[in-house]
Amino acid sequence: MALCTECEAEITLDASTEVGEIIQCPDCGRDLEVISVHPPELAPAPEEEEDWGE
Amino acid sequence: MKIGILCSLIRKEEKLLFDEFHRRSIDYIRLDDREIILDLHQRRWDFDVILERSINHSRALHTLKYLNDCGVKTVNTYEVANTCGDKLLTSLALIRDGVPTPKVYVAYTPEAALQAIEQLGYPVVLKPAVGSWGRLLSKVNDRDAAEALLEHKETLGSYHHSIYYIQEYVEKRGRDIRSFVVGDETICAIYRTSQHWITNTARGGIASNCPVTPGLNDLSVRAAKAVGGGVVAIDIFETPDGLMVNEVNYTMEFRNSIDTTGVDIPAEVVDYVIEVGRR
Repeated sequence: MALCTECEAEITLDASTEVGEIIQCPDCGRDLEVISVHPPELAPAPEEEEDWGE
Repeated sequence: MKIGILCSLIRKEEKLLFDEFHRRSIDYIRLDDREIILDLHQRRWDFDVILERSINHSRALHTLKYLNDCGVKTVNTYEVANTCGDKLLTSLALIRDGVPTPKVYVAYTPEAALQAIEQLGYPVVLKPAVGSWGRLLSKVNDRDAAEALLEHKETLGSYHHSIYYIQEYVEKRGRDIRSFVVGDETICAIYRTSQHWITNTARGGIASNCPVTPGLNDLSVRAAKAVGGGVVAIDIFETPDGLMVNEVNYTMEFRNSIDTTGVDIPAEVVDYVIEVGRR
């Protein structure tokens, strides 16, 4: 269980979650980056940068 | 075989690629571009191949240059990333190789850009030379809009926005084609349909299967080879004069195209990475 950095909602990570993945808080909608899986830890997702893309 | 994957934030595509490696019990090492330190004097990198999946173009570009200089094989290469990451260079490569592509003018001052726009004729599309996901594309319908846009770009944008990439507007009739090339083959393609003139799926375009005809395959592979080959996604317009290549993407996103086409894109990419690693 990890806490949303914005609203402190309790979030359970799926077993397939990867470090670096962006998830959305189901309560407040904030984008969060998974910075650790064991133990689960979240941080605010980085803002989109000008050279992001495919 | 020692495989590396250069990435940072993990999109659905990276997860699908990780899953494919896991499914085949192939180990890989994640290289997070936010943590990596490149000692430019250290020239030995003990990898057979590195798959580049960074969300940041500039980090991908510099790291690929370093790795390729060190003799490390990468998918894709620095050459491909450099060409595809800059629309001006992409256009030059396509034109050089005779691949049909919309007319493009480039100018470096607002005055010259306005002149170029008027020569090309309204509407035109202004694009940042570096950028993705349909970000900051502008359809310019008349001189008033052109003057306002050019003033905003000059005043508010970084110097990159003063490289004016001006493309003729191609009427897409609500859709374009994205084809996926791996090596020498177009493995699948989708139509991207939208009521908006920007059809990127990142901007809400809806994906549906597009049959890969011999003509589509030929054009896509020619476009891929023009930018250096590898694993690329080609954006294509359907015009009365035939198919035209708009852009080529080197870190392609494909989450909406697997079920749509029935093609296991991550498996095709992993096959290709292993093939490159064995060369």
